[in-house]
Amino acid sequence: MPDLAVETHGIVRTFRDGSVRALDGVSIAIPRGRVFGLLGPNGSGKTTMVRILSTIIRPDEGSATVNGFDVVRQADAVRRSIGLAGQFATVDDNLTGLENLRMMGRLNHLDHATVRVRATQLLEQFGLAEAARRNVKTYSGGMRRRLDLAAALVASPPLLFLDEPTTGLDPQSRQDLWGFIEGLVESGTTVLLTTQYLEEADRLADELAVLDHGRIIAQGTSSELKARLGATVLSLTFSTTADAERGALLLADLTTKPAFVEGDVVDLTVTAGPAAAAEALRRLDAADLVVTGLALREPSLDDVFLTLTGHHAPDGAAEEPIAGSGRRRR
Amino acid sequence: MSVSGAPTTSAEWRWAVRDVWTMGRRNILALVRIPVSFVFALVQPVMFVLLFRYVFGGAIRVPNGQYVNFLIPGILVQTTIFGAIGTTIGLAEDLQRGLIERFRALPMARMAVLAGRTVSDLLRNVVVLLVITGMGFLVGFRPTGSLISYVGASVLMLFFAYALSWGFAYVGLAAPNSETAQAMTFPVIFPLTFASSIFVPVAFMPSWLQVFARNQPVSQVAEAVRGLMLGVPHGHATWIALAWAVGALVVLAPLATRRYRRVA
Repeated sequence: MPDLAVETHGIVRTFRDGSVRALDGVSIAIPRGRVFGLLGPNGSGKTTMVRILSTIIRPDEGSATVNGFDVVRQADAVRRSIGLAGQFATVDDNLTGLENLRMMGRLNHLDHATVRVRATQLLEQFGLAEAARRNVKTYSGGMRRRLDLAAALVASPPLLFLDEPTTGLDPQSRQDLWGFIEGLVESGTTVLLTTQYLEEADRLADELAVLDHGRIIAQGTSSELKARLGATVLSLTFSTTADAERGALLLADLTTKPAFVEGDVVDLTVTAGPAAAAEALRRLDAADLVVTGLALREPSLDDVFLTLTGHHAPDGAAEEPIAGSGRRRR
Repeated sequence: MSVSGAPTTSAEWRWAVRDVWTMGRRNILALVRIPVSFVFALVQPVMFVLLFRYVFGGAIRVPNGQYVNFLIPGILVQTTIFGAIGTTIGLAEDLQRGLIERFRALPMARMAVLAGRTVSDLLRNVVVLLVITGMGFLVGFRPTGSLISYVGASVLMLFFAYALSWGFAYVGLAAPNSETAQAMTFPVIFPLTFASSIFVPVAFMPSWLQVFARNQPVSQVAEAVRGLMLGVPHGHATWIALAWAVGALVVLAPLATRRYRRVA
């Protein structure tokens, strides 16, 4: 086994006869046993990247090897060495959980005995043993995701692609799923994770790449990126836009990045949240500026984007074809 | 496996056959799981039998014998062709739900998704054919041909429908969603089944239509099936029908397979 589980050089992929560049020269390297997070908003190219690495589509330019196999020339060897869990929990509604896992086992060309053992084992592991013989149609969203993840693991692949594994899940189900993923990582599985949530990437990934319009705009460990971002955003709301602008000037030395003013709201990037908030209120009070709202929050993906690109994350500017519907938009 | 994805060694062929079986079994399980959809598959042909036997039938004259004996072989052909449309819907749904994406990332045989689908749809068609045959006997159908030709006629129409299901597979893969997929088959299927000798003798149609109705494949299959079931001479219709079925399979199967490789 090579040291790198995934290695890509200058991956380009266009859709709609070249008018949309979903990926525009992406190079990444994922060492074996690590968790790599691809962070980006809708339409940034995350799913396209996963589809190329899992051999569903081919790159237009560039090269990629997965577990040492070329994704185009040795696609079948790649398929034998990966697991894929997608954004939409693509399990068969008309079958039971057990039948779904057995089908995936057979299609992974495992022998009958292994299929049986693995299916039972995974249902147990993911807390689905009781629901094993129920139609997937009756499953909750969280159960479907767990089954989807289990289905990706039937053949015990050394490398797992997780495409937005928790998008649309309630907080509890998200926590559960994170726990399962951490368990896999502990047992040595390499993971490529795509996500829109900084919190998720922060918790799970050793290394992060931020994707915007098909290009990597920042890369590093989670703490490296956070250091670039400042730890916390202090958001102050004033009663008028003029007050907001005055306030921003007054507090300019508190923020590690230029203050971001939008209407009557000022966002400051600060290192010590509560202390900065207290200091800000003191100064504003002294200047007779009325603050109508105050919030401290951890940087969101949107803050990352704001910092890195100067613009907000494009909201649903999705040109990126997603599973099952992409071909129609091409 | 070769770059094109087609099995080359005998071990790969064994896996490919197993994959087809796995996929086919999955589709059949879904049919058994939701018997309602299966019942609905029977509603339409049953309605056609009743409609043409008792509503329109009295006004339709056929050259030899009773209309019911003319009608039932035709309805059976129509039923199997309509049954093959199921392939379109099934594939379009799998595509829509993202299952095909998932299958494409598995080391399974590339051909198994389509082959498994068409084979399970064929099996479903066999059951529907048996039910509608029983229905035919209930409403007075009395075939006068030999048992062997009767079975031969059934195999012929199932084979023809199977060949067409590859064309329907193509439509299912090309359609934007399963609802549209089904509607997309109608402009082809309606002229082929209704401007044919399935329900009425072609001789009663206007002469310009007769040219099409007499020579198109569905009429050839209907003529062959009717001739075999009733034990009456029907020229070369059986061979022509068989040739159409083989031709359709040879053209449509590669077309659908190519389309499958391109989707995603």
